[in-house]
Amino acid sequence: MSGVRVLVGTRKGAFVLTSNERREQWDVSGPHFGGWEIYHVKGSPADPNRLYASQSSGWFGQLIQRSDDGGLTWEPVGNEFTYEGVPGTHQWYDGTQHPWEFKRVWHLEPSLTDPDTVYAGVEDAALFKSVDAGKTWKELSGLRGHETGVKWQPGAGGMCLHTILLDPGNPDRIFVAISAAGAFRTDDGGETWLPINKGLVSEFMPNPTGEVGHCVHRIAMHPARPNVLFMQKHWDVMRSDDMGGTWQEVSGNLPSDFGFPIDIHAHEPETVYVVPIKSDSEHYPPDGKLRVYRSRTGGNEWEALTNGLPQRDCYVNVLRDAMCVDTLDECGVYFGTTGGQVYASPNGGDSWAPIVRDLPAVLSVEVQTLS
Amino acid sequence: MIRVILPAHLRTLARADSEIEIDIVGPVTQRSILDALEAGYPMLRGTIREYGTGRRREFLRFFACGEDLSHEEPDAELPDAVAAGKEPFMIVGAIAGG
Repeated sequence: MSGVRVLVGTRKGAFVLTSNERREQWDVSGPHFGGWEIYHVKGSPADPNRLYASQSSGWFGQLIQRSDDGGLTWEPVGNEFTYEGVPGTHQWYDGTQHPWEFKRVWHLEPSLTDPDTVYAGVEDAALFKSVDAGKTWKELSGLRGHETGVKWQPGAGGMCLHTILLDPGNPDRIFVAISAAGAFRTDDGGETWLPINKGLVSEFMPNPTGEVGHCVHRIAMHPARPNVLFMQKHWDVMRSDDMGGTWQEVSGNLPSDFGFPIDIHAHEPETVYVVPIKSDSEHYPPDGKLRVYRSRTGGNEWEALTNGLPQRDCYVNVLRDAMCVDTLDECGVYFGTTGGQVYASPNGGDSWAPIVRDLPAVLSVEVQTLS
Repeated sequence: MIRVILPAHLRTLARADSEIEIDIVGPVTQRSILDALEAGYPMLRGTIREYGTGRRREFLRFFACGEDLSHEEPDAELPDAVAAGKEPFMIVGAIAGG
C-alpha cells in the first residue's frame, strides 16, 4: 500500500506525520530533538529511509542529524561548516561591509541519485556539499566567491541560501536562491555560477533591476520541465522559461504578490501554488483569510482555494520551506503555518484539512511518497 | 577523575547521564577538559566551542566551585577541587529566552 510521510521542522523540534494514500487519518510522532530549531528535514529520493535534518540552537550552534530508518532513530553526523579560504565581506543592512559568518543550515537537498550525497544551504549564504552521508562538508566556494558577493545583503531573516534545485536531466546544473542576493545557476557542478535575475525589479535597491540584491523568497521547478522556473519574490510572482535567463511577472490577479512559498503540482507543470501574504511588514494573509492560490495556466490567472481553511481572524504566516507536494496519483499539497498548523489537501488543493493544529511555529514541511 | 555537568540538551545529544566523568593526564584546564570531553563524545564538537576559533560559544558559561570561570584563560589551571573530582565543572546555558 502506498502512503506519505510528512517531515515537519518547527521552532522546537521535528515531527513526522504519516498516512496511507487516502491521507485522511494520520499518525504523529515527535517532537524529535525537542527544544531545538529544526529548519529543515528532507528525505533522499534515492533511498526514502535516508533522512537528513538541520538542528540548531542559539546556545549550541548547528548540528546535522541523519536517519537511516525513515525517522525512527537518528544519529548526529558532521557539523563543521567552514568557509573555504578567507571568508571576506558582504553588505550589511546599513550598506557597510560585514564579515561572512556561519550561523545555521537553512536547507538540506539530498542528491536525486545518491543517498550519501547531500547539499546544504547556509546562512551567511553559501552552499556546502557532503558525499559521505553528512560526515564531512565542503563548500562549493565558487558561489560565495562570485564577484558580486560583496553586494549581497541579508533580508529580515538573515542572509540565507534557502533554495537548492537539482536538475534531474543534468547532474551538473543546480539552481540556488539567496535572500537578498537573488537566484544563481551553475552548469558545471558548482564550480562557477551565473546570476539569473534579469527581469526582476526590487524597489528597495538603488538600481531596482540590478544584477544582484533581489530578495528571492523561493523558486520552484517541475522535474519533468527543468527549464521552467517559478519564483516567489519579496514582492512579485515570476516565471522563467529559459532556466532563469529572463523572468516575467505572473502575479496577475493575486490579492497580494508578497509571500514566501511557491510549489508546482506533481503531474501538471503549469499548475502552481502560492500563499499570498499582506505585505513585507504585515506577514499574515490579507483580510484574515488563509487562502492558497492556484494557477492552472502557469501564472497570471489565479483562483483562491479556501475549502477547509480558516476564512476569518487568521493571522499566521507560511514560511518559504513550508509547502510541498506529494506524487500520488491525486497530487497532495501540504503547508505549515507559524501558528503550528499543518494542512493537507489530498486533491490538488480543492479541499483542505488540518493534520495537526498545535505544533510549535512551523519552519519547513517536506513530504515523501512511499510505495 | 573529573566530573562534568552538561546542559540538558547536550546530555540528551551525548546520551549521557546527568554527570560525565573523564580522565585527564596533565594540567586540568578548560581546554584539557573540553578536549577530553569532545574526544569521548564527538557529537559535542562545535556545540560548546566554535570550530576554527575554539572560542566558548556566546551563550554558554563555565562555572565551578561557586565561581564563574567563563572568562579565565583556556589554559589556566582550574581549582584543585575540580582537578580532584570533589567539585564538578559545569557547562551552563545562559538565560537567553526560550
